[in-house]
Amino acid sequence: MSKDKMQSQAVQTTGHAWDGDLQEYNNPLPRWWVWTFYLTILFAILYWIWFPAWPVAKGYTPGVGKITYVDAKGVAQTTHWNTRADLMREMNGLAAIQKPFFDKVAAQPYAAIAKDPELNNFIASAGNQLFADNCATCHQAGGQGKIGFFPNLADDDWLYGGQFDKIQETVTQGRRGYMPPFGEALSTAQIDQLANYVLSLSGEKMDAAKAETGKALFHSETAGCFYCHGDDARGRQVIGAPNLTDKIWLWANVPNADAPSIKLAAVKNVIQNGLNKGVMPAWGQRLTPEQIKVLTVYVHELGGGK
Amino acid sequence: MNFNFKHEWIETNVGLLLVLTMVAISIGGLVEIAPLFLIKNTVETVKDAKGLETIRPYTALESRGRDIYVREGCYTCHSQMIRPLKDEAVRYGHYSLAAESQYDHPFQWGSKRTGPDLARVGKKYSNEWQVQHLIAPRSMVPESVMPNYPWLLSTPLDTSDLVDRLRAQRAVGVPYSLTEIEYQNNVKRFGEAVAQQLHIPNAQQNLVKQAEEGNFDGDRSNITELDALIAYLQVLGTMVDFSQYDSDHFVTFR
Repeated sequence: MSKDKMQSQAVQTTGHAWDGDLQEYNNPLPRWWVWTFYLTILFAILYWIWFPAWPVAKGYTPGVGKITYVDAKGVAQTTHWNTRADLMREMNGLAAIQKPFFDKVAAQPYAAIAKDPELNNFIASAGNQLFADNCATCHQAGGQGKIGFFPNLADDDWLYGGQFDKIQETVTQGRRGYMPPFGEALSTAQIDQLANYVLSLSGEKMDAAKAETGKALFHSETAGCFYCHGDDARGRQVIGAPNLTDKIWLWANVPNADAPSIKLAAVKNVIQNGLNKGVMPAWGQRLTPEQIKVLTVYVHELGGGK
Repeated sequence: MNFNFKHEWIETNVGLLLVLTMVAISIGGLVEIAPLFLIKNTVETVKDAKGLETIRPYTALESRGRDIYVREGCYTCHSQMIRPLKDEAVRYGHYSLAAESQYDHPFQWGSKRTGPDLARVGKKYSNEWQVQHLIAPRSMVPESVMPNYPWLLSTPLDTSDLVDRLRAQRAVGVPYSLTEIEYQNNVKRFGEAVAQQLHIPNAQQNLVKQAEEGNFDGDRSNITELDALIAYLQVLGTMVDFSQYDSDHFVTFR
């Protein structure tokens, strides 16, 4: 308290008084603060001179700072400093690092890329990055997919074909899955028989009599399953009809079902209601041809590419 | 101060204090805001080969979807602004143009990303993914912290005030048309198909048609809030076909 009093005696007041005796001290700011303040003003002035800053009529002062980048045609351009040009310059740097690899990928056929260890290293990292940014949201981080929604890319089963050119086509153009509903065309009993047959195809122990009737139905004009899934029920990749004879399931969650009745119900649901999903977006506009090529090899290598 | 300035002059005169405060604040506002309306190349011109503007206001359905986006506070975690930075260009694509949010009132640039930027999320994922992800995000992205929005699928879309909402947008300068003259003007700017979508008298039927044809939420029985929201999400960032431009084209606007 006494120390405060001593200090206060050295400080002048602003000179006016309110309510008779209420006065205000006039403390000057510390020197370091004042000088920092002046420096920030100086900084602002230099900033205005260097960078685009002040609006003038219908334009603005572009500043004296310049930036040089290489444009899309490979010509060096110099312009006043701006963030868009700065991004171009940064992307030039990125392109300079990646371009030799992308050029090699673009120039070589898939068979040669797969054999080139250096390019494989590049694809393992660049492809992983592209996959994580664009594909993993649906197909999951390891490409394992999601039963009921998105196919597993890490197994050796392919809906539309696991060859390089087919994968590239899938990525570029996208896909659309469709199976018509059979709820109106077939009776409940017939759907039950078909489901028994379909499950028996992948080694499930089902009602043999029903499965036998289901088999006849599968190959009949009444249900017409064979048109898409094929006479051998191994599917047709041209139209994305899946192989029904393996243990890999996409729509009906058979592997995770506890009881045979649940498996049966899941398959019956698909036959009854059909499917109008399985939409894969087209990436042809979003990604460059080289990026798609890298992704194609990456997906091919994820699991049993053909 | 040499010219004998005294705090007291201002501090003891409420009127003067008020005026000077307003002058000080408005300088900041004028310098920052006014130029944006005056400098011609703030908003980029984006036209297709036929000279039509490709960036259009949202359709009736998309606009209602945007209302739901705002209502649910999506902007508190998702930005819609890809900045011209290398990392963002690599992850999200071309930086956002001013022109792309010219019809947004208010804009949804956001200032915080708990989730990813959504400026170019349109057509990136399928409608089914969007449905499933909005109802239960962790079923699609295990590490996600996004809340579930299951009610969007069960709540029918309220379109009773659709016309008023579009008229309000029109009042602040979005070119929705009410009259034949405005409609014809839109035909010249955006082409006939888009102009149809922007005509307020047709809003209700346009909304129903787009929702039925798009079937965004996978349920054809009724039009839900999810239909509108996904219609909106699927158009975000898709109005400019950047493959038509050189990578440096939009540098010239700065």
